[in-house]
Amino acid sequence: MDVKRIPLHDIHKNLGAKMMPFAGFEMPVRYSSDKEEHFCVRDGVGVFDVSHMGEFMVRGAGALDLIQKVTSNDASKIVDDQAQYSCLPNDTGGIVDDLIVYRMGEEEYMLVVNASNIEKDWNWIQSKNTDGVEMEDVSDDIVLLAVQGPKAAETLQKLTEVDLSSVGFYKFTKGMLAGAEMIISGTGYTGSGGFELYIPKEHGITVWEKVFEAGAEFDIKPIGLGARDTLRLEKGFCLYGNDITDTTSPLEAGLGWITKFTKEFTNSENLKKQKEEGVTRKLVGFEMKEKGIPRQGYKLLNDEGEEIGEVTSGTISPCLEKGVGMGYVKKEFATVDIEIKVEVRNKQLGARVVRPPFVK
Amino acid sequence: MNFPTDLKYTKDHEWVKVDGDTATIGITEFAQNELGDIVFVEIETEGENLQEGDVFGTIEAVKTVSDLFMPITGEVTEINSGLEDNPEIVNSDPYGDGWMIKIKFDGSTDDFLSAEAYQKLLGE
Repeated sequence: MDVKRIPLHDIHKNLGAKMMPFAGFEMPVRYSSDKEEHFCVRDGVGVFDVSHMGEFMVRGAGALDLIQKVTSNDASKIVDDQAQYSCLPNDTGGIVDDLIVYRMGEEEYMLVVNASNIEKDWNWIQSKNTDGVEMEDVSDDIVLLAVQGPKAAETLQKLTEVDLSSVGFYKFTKGMLAGAEMIISGTGYTGSGGFELYIPKEHGITVWEKVFEAGAEFDIKPIGLGARDTLRLEKGFCLYGNDITDTTSPLEAGLGWITKFTKEFTNSENLKKQKEEGVTRKLVGFEMKEKGIPRQGYKLLNDEGEEIGEVTSGTISPCLEKGVGMGYVKKEFATVDIEIKVEVRNKQLGARVVRPPFVK
Repeated sequence: MNFPTDLKYTKDHEWVKVDGDTATIGITEFAQNELGDIVFVEIETEGENLQEGDVFGTIEAVKTVSDLFMPITGEVTEINSGLEDNPEIVNSDPYGDGWMIKIKFDGSTDDFLSAEAYQKLLGE
C-alpha cells in the first residue's frame, strides 16, 4: 500500500519527528520523548497532528435516517453544534469502526472515522445507503490538530473571538481562529481536556505556527502518536484494531452506553439479544502488581495459569509508573479487584482487574 | 549521533568494548533513540554460558520491547545492576553507565564493525 503524506509532513520532519507509517500515512510518532510528551499534555498543552483521520459529510433530508441506521448510538438525541461518540456495528456481531458524529444542522452531519478504516467505512455506509443520501469524503481537505491539555483553552483563546468556555465537552462551533474559518470541537483522545480543530488544509501551516506562538508561554510542544497511545490508554479509551475490532461486540467492549436500543440499527436485534442473555467475555482494565509491561497479544491467565483471555492494549503508564492494560477475559473474571496473571515472555506476572480510567 | 571509535559495533545495534578476553556490551545511541524512553531492562543470565546470537536479556521502552543478543559466544560474568532502578541511564549514557553486561569470551572479534562501518550501515 502507498503511504500517504499529511499536509504538514515537512513541518514534522523539520521538528525532528520520527516518522513512521501508520494506518497508511507517514505519521509523527515521537518528537523528543514519549514520556516528556505525555506529561506535556497532562500538565500543560501539546498539539497532535491527526490529519490522517477521515471525515465524511452526510447531507440532505435522509442524512439522519442513514446515520441512525448505521450507528449504534442514538444520533436523534444530539442538537446542532453537538457531537456524539458512536460505533458502526457490522452484521455479524462485531464493529466496523468507532466514530464521532457531528451535527452541523438538521440535514448536515460530519462523521469522523479512523484513518485505517476510511475506505472500509465509506464502502460499508454506502452499502447501507439505499436511499441515495449525499455523502462526501473530505478527508484529504482537512488538517486536524488536537490541542490538548489543561492549558489548551488559554492557548487557543488568544487566537479567537469565540468564547471557548462556551464550547463544552463534545460541543463544537464553526468560527475564526488564527485567521481561518474552522470547526472548533471540544473533543480529544487524551482525557486532559482541550480542543480539536478541523482546518481547511490551505490554512494548516499558519494555524500550526500561530498555535505554537500562543502556547509558547506554557511551553507547548508537538506530540506524537506514541504519547497519544499512552494518554488514551491511561484513560481506558478503546483503540480500534486493538480493543475493538470486526469480531468484538460493543457490549463486550463496555460500549453499552453508546449502544441504544431506542432505535433500530445494523444488527441491533442480535445485539439486543446479547444484552438480554449476557455476554460471555468482557473487556477489562488491569494493573500490573509486579514489574512488567503488558503488550498486545500477551495471554491473560487465572491463578492456576489457565488461559482466560488476551491483552488488547498495554503499556507502562507514565503517570502511575506501572504496567496497565486492557483485554478480553471470560466474564467470570470481569470483576474489579480479581487477581489475574499476565504471561510476559516466559513469566506469569500478577495483575489486578480495575475499572478504567487508570489515571483519574 | 555519537559513535565512539574505541568501541566495536554489531548489526544488532550493540556496542562491544573488548579488553583482552573480556568485553562490555551495551546498545548504541542509535538503538536507544529508536526505542525511545527505556523503562525496564531485564537481564537474568548472569553466570550463564551463551552462544553468539542467543538472547541475554530484554529491553522495554514505553512503546516497544526488544531482545538483547549476545554478539559473541561467552559467559555473562556481570550485569549492570544500576539499570534495575534507573533504566533511563541507557537513554542518557548508552556508552557509559548504560552498559548492559560484561562477558568472558574466547573467539574472534573480527566480525565486529568499526565505528565507521557501523555508521555506514546506518546510512549516515
